[in-house]
Amino acid sequence: MTILIFLLLAALTVGCAIAMVAQRNPLYSAIALIGVFLGMAGIYVTLAAPFIAAIQVIVYAGAIMVLVVFVIMLLNVEEEVRRPIRLRYLIPLGVFLAALLFAETAFIIYFIETSAYNPPPATQSNVGLTASVGTGLFTKYLLPFEITSLLILMAIVGAITLARRVPALEVGGRRMQAATTESEKPSAAD
Amino acid sequence: MDLSNPYIQAALQFLAIFITFNVVLMIVAYTVLAERRILGFIQGRLGPNRVGPGGVLQPFADLLKFIFKEEIVPDKSTRFVYFLAPLIAVTAAMMTLIVYPFGPRVTLPYFGQVELVIARFDIALLYVLAVTSIGVYGIALAGWASNSKYSLMGGLRSSAQMISYELSLGLSLVGVILMSGTLDLYEIVEQQSGWYGFKWNIFPQFIGFVVYLTSAIAETNRVPFDLPEAETELVAGFHTEYSALKFALFFMAEYINMFTVSVLATTLFLGGWNVPGLALLFSPGSIPFAVFSVIGFFVKVFFFLFLYIWLRGTLPRFRFDQLMSFGWKFLLPVALLNVVLTATLVWLGVL
Repeated sequence: MTILIFLLLAALTVGCAIAMVAQRNPLYSAIALIGVFLGMAGIYVTLAAPFIAAIQVIVYAGAIMVLVVFVIMLLNVEEEVRRPIRLRYLIPLGVFLAALLFAETAFIIYFIETSAYNPPPATQSNVGLTASVGTGLFTKYLLPFEITSLLILMAIVGAITLARRVPALEVGGRRMQAATTESEKPSAAD
Repeated sequence: MDLSNPYIQAALQFLAIFITFNVVLMIVAYTVLAERRILGFIQGRLGPNRVGPGGVLQPFADLLKFIFKEEIVPDKSTRFVYFLAPLIAVTAAMMTLIVYPFGPRVTLPYFGQVELVIARFDIALLYVLAVTSIGVYGIALAGWASNSKYSLMGGLRSSAQMISYELSLGLSLVGVILMSGTLDLYEIVEQQSGWYGFKWNIFPQFIGFVVYLTSAIAETNRVPFDLPEAETELVAGFHTEYSALKFALFFMAEYINMFTVSVLATTLFLGGWNVPGLALLFSPGSIPFAVFSVIGFFVKVFFFLFLYIWLRGTLPRFRFDQLMSFGWKFLLPVALLNVVLTATLVWLGVL
């Protein structure tokens, strides 16, 4: 039963991931990405990590992707036109890197399956519960947590700085730029 | 029949979910009728009273009409998304229904001790927030896929509004979570029992309650926050291009959302199924105790539904800039203040 649910969720996740890359309409890609997040949240639930699953849906599917969809809708992004691939020599490199990734994953799975260490079954531990996640986050992993939030804060400040309009200098209630252009005009006429 | 068999348990669970969905759909249908009758009363007219005695069969007449209407799909719409959007809206609205506890522990013959909740798990409250946050897509995508300027404006407005008010909504719940120390809705309700109703969270969390109620009305796109479907400006907003049963699905989703938001308010702030003084009359765990508790629960929920209708008959609509500045510059700081205040009091051991 568990394996059936896992296969279902995995199929959803992988299928949506492929659709996300393959789609040329940006909004379809965004919807597929939401599907990926939902599928991954389902997998987290089967791994006895309900808190992570809920946060995954709230933060990624519910907040970030809503903004992405919002921007796509607002800007009315056109469908991508298929262009000739200019960096043709990178294709074999991409295939090689994908193969490397698969080999790495296979090696890790093989390593875990054959290792002597036997963790307790996930259903018996309370690792994924809210209380244990909170306790861990604010005691043992406080420093990484704080550093991450600092990083995110920097990103927010950076984004605001980039998006902000530069205010014109004000001198005596009049705009500096307007004043200089006006004073220059008569002199040019002279 | 062995009740501990997982397959039988799953079957019972499915049965319970099926019954819940149907009961809630009936409640929703009659909320619509109640809304029309009460609005009629407020506006000094009768409202629908022709189908059946006093109009009680009106919801079924409406449903038949929705089914037999012609379905018009706009020519240049994005087909797949156009059909997907109402499904997302209804599914997201219905999915939250399973986590709400609607009654106390009761000892039933043959079943033994039963908790009157369909699914009880550690993160019930987060689950509710997660699923409702998915509901935004139904509206946003409907607006985009219809390929009409009114729909698009409605969809954009509603996603902007829902993102803005989701923040205050979530923060207003934090106060309750801080006080009860759990996300399990059943336990939150149980902690509010006793003291003849003075243990309800509405008393220590009054600010949170008001913020929750306001942002919940905005989240469900109801008057006075119904900017996404402002008739005078946008025809019907995001569902302008939807007809027949697909429109009915959006309509249903809106009223289910109203219902779930009322249930959440009851559960978190008004003590859920706790009825003050009921333990004096019946012993907890007996069947009459459970019956009256469930009735008490629904009375509270219907009070909130009535409040929604009352507001619709009373208040005019906000302007969009007013809506945004109210959400970001007033509601959010108040919610944050409430969180800080509650956290301090809990830390000092007062609450």
